Amino acid sequence: MARTKIVLAGEGGQGVQSIAKILVEAGYEAGKEILYIPNFGVEQRGGVSVAFCQIADEKIGEPRFAKGDIIIALSDRAIQRCATYTSADSVVVYDSSVCATKPCVPCKDVIAVEANKIANEKLSARVFNIMILGVLLKATNVLKLDDIKNAMEIALGKKFDAKPELRELNYKALEMGMAMIDKVGV
Amino acid sequence: MVKKLITQDTRMFLTGNEVIAYAANAAQAEFMYGYPITPQNEIMHTWCKLLPKTEAGFLQTEDEISAGFSTIGGILAGKRAFTATAGPGNVIMQDAQSMAEMMRIPFVCAVMQRGGPSTATVIYAQQETRLTCFGGNGEGFRIVYSTAGHQDLYDYMIKSFNTAWKYRFPTFMLADGYQGKMREPVTLYDPASRGITMEPTPAALRAPGVIGVDREATHLRNTFNLEEELMERLDQYQVDYDAMSKEVEEYFEYKADDAEVLIIAHGIVARSAMTAVDELRAKGIKAGLFRPITIRPLAVEPLRNVVKRAKEILFTESANGQLAQMCLEKMYGLTTPYQTLFKMGVGVTGDDIVNKVESMVKKMASV
Amino acid sequence: MITTLDVKPDLAKAQNADVGASKFCPGCGHGMILKTLAKSIDELELNERAVFGCDIGCSLLSWNYMNLDSVQTHHGRTTPVIYGVTRANPGTVGIAYMGDGGGLAIGAQHLVNAATRSENLLVIVANNTNYGMTGGQMSPTTMPGQKTETTPYGRDPEVTGRPAKAAELVAAIADPNKSYVARASVSNLRKLSTVFKKALTNVAQGGYSFVEVLSVCPLNWRTNNEATWDRLKTMEECFEVKEFLVKEGLE
Repeated sequence: MARTKIVLAGEGGQGVQSIAKILVEAGYEAGKEILYIPNFGVEQRGGVSVAFCQIADEKIGEPRFAKGDIIIALSDRAIQRCATYTSADSVVVYDSSVCATKPCVPCKDVIAVEANKIANEKLSARVFNIMILGVLLKATNVLKLDDIKNAMEIALGKKFDAKPELRELNYKALEMGMAMIDKVGV
Repeated sequence: MVKKLITQDTRMFLTGNEVIAYAANAAQAEFMYGYPITPQNEIMHTWCKLLPKTEAGFLQTEDEISAGFSTIGGILAGKRAFTATAGPGNVIMQDAQSMAEMMRIPFVCAVMQRGGPSTATVIYAQQETRLTCFGGNGEGFRIVYSTAGHQDLYDYMIKSFNTAWKYRFPTFMLADGYQGKMREPVTLYDPASRGITMEPTPAALRAPGVIGVDREATHLRNTFNLEEELMERLDQYQVDYDAMSKEVEEYFEYKADDAEVLIIAHGIVARSAMTAVDELRAKGIKAGLFRPITIRPLAVEPLRNVVKRAKEILFTESANGQLAQMCLEKMYGLTTPYQTLFKMGVGVTGDDIVNKVESMVKKMASV
Repeated sequence: MITTLDVKPDLAKAQNADVGASKFCPGCGHGMILKTLAKSIDELELNERAVFGCDIGCSLLSWNYMNLDSVQTHHGRTTPVIYGVTRANPGTVGIAYMGDGGGLAIGAQHLVNAATRSENLLVIVANNTNYGMTGGQMSPTTMPGQKTETTPYGRDPEVTGRPAKAAELVAAIADPNKSYVARASVSNLRKLSTVFKKALTNVAQGGYSFVEVLSVCPLNWRTNNEATWDRLKTMEECFEVKEFLVKEGLE
């Protein structure tokens, strides 16, 4: 049974849950089985925010999994927080332009991206998370670009209609994020 | 009369809390009384957002005590009313729940468990299992459905209203923070399309008719002068409860027929157990699952039958054996050995269960 | 030979004739308050719209006193049960009847919040300055120097504070455009009846009413008739008997 288990972690305010929502919405619209748990704590703001997402072809059993297939960590604290979710089969992606240290955890592969730096220099800091969504899309390779664009319309369509250049900006970020991953479906 | 939002089968991608609000509307619930506590808040958020369309009622009370008691008021007024709570809120709502128990009030409450005791976590647990079944200063004349995902939340929220109004025992839908906050696809439907008719909800206070002409005044009480007077009442409740149990008991078995290792779990943990059963079967280990859906009353005969057939039992819970205690009492006299995998206030994953069962099997082989 | 008077008691329609002899202690204030309430309901012809709720403590003995649809609840919880009813079934004249313990101690959060939200009901607090049913302990309204089972040497305000003033408290937070708040006394039942009628009329019009009634507890006070009356007069000096808040246009 094909099931992809994703852990997405970052600082509050980095937009982790926003892109997790777009990702799972895209999966749902594409007819996949989805299970998404947003991590939440007592604080409304400021903690490490974690999203547990599963995308599968058949009905999903366990809501919480022990080890992720792909772990994306967007801060040093997020790397620490996610150490427990990696196994020898996991791929860990981290943003080397945010994190001071390279993840040192048991895993198959560690991939560094510089989404924060590139977003700031070439596009806008605001689309950093969308760039990460592009990274995730290519790295997991279970959804199509159009699925994501669809879901972005559902989430952001009104904003896009008011400012059409935002749509282009987000698409660009998505593509640039995808380009950061060499191999499809790592 | 409230307006139904779902008139035909609709596939949606929702959080569990949203599903519960939609289910209550599908059941034609007329009033919700509630007080904020994580992780159940979005039930009332959704309920309130839908009010202009549903034309139902809502009251945010001053605490869970008043949420419980005002729900009782709404029910006595003849409305299909409900509330929802979690954790410490569930604790202080026991006062109202035990009054509902004594007065046979069709109280309906969704419990979204969080970690305990005390404030603990706002996230998830199965630590309100015993409280929801046996809270209050009584005997636990309650019905508790334990759900394992969004379709369950929809199905059993609707069913809770009918069970409560038909048998007049407080009825709970016991879920948890994961189910409340997680998103997964669910099919919403009009209960009528499934042949479900909602039980009528006659008013106890201000029923039709003029007092002294058409009927006597209603005097409801939960206080008794004599010990014997109370016992007579409770003995009758027990008779009613036993008769009701046979009709209400529900359970679910997954590959349990030929299971050598039988996992007993309820709620969302049972879903992890299903993942584990598949993985274990792929490895050649005959594992199976028994999941009580009504954890109060328990489906005792089916439980005993499946336990008898197994070589070994594994109880697993996100609590320290609250369900296991209830089951073990009903398994008295059976000799099947059991082991436990209890994680207090923490989710149980499929891997956790696979590892545990593998170690059990290894030990069995070496004996 | 014993002869009995063939005179029927003067019962209100809103009183339950089947209840027989009063369940309250001889000299208790509850009977006076409830009978006055019943007559006020009769006069306003609210019998079919009324729902009566009573608390724990001596007030629970009124669970079948009224010839009205009634519900006896838990300690302090009558207010939420009754506003639960009136929210679900608007047009109901909800009455929540309780003592000073139920109203001001264990149920204080409901007292405050029902007033703040202008819940559509009449809250009646029968204030006899002690917990009667449980054997005469100190309550929030016990007067300075008053002896109770838990203040056997008299209430010392330095240790347990001053008596709570329910009507003043409620008047301070209730909406003047929707509320009627008063304190009355069993020393003047005619006036109590006037107060009840105004309070009930306001509730029938959709408003919030609060009436505190100064009452007596000869059993726990250990007072004879004269001393009971003297105590009531002392209470009236401590707790001002008057209307605190009257919605404009309320007759």
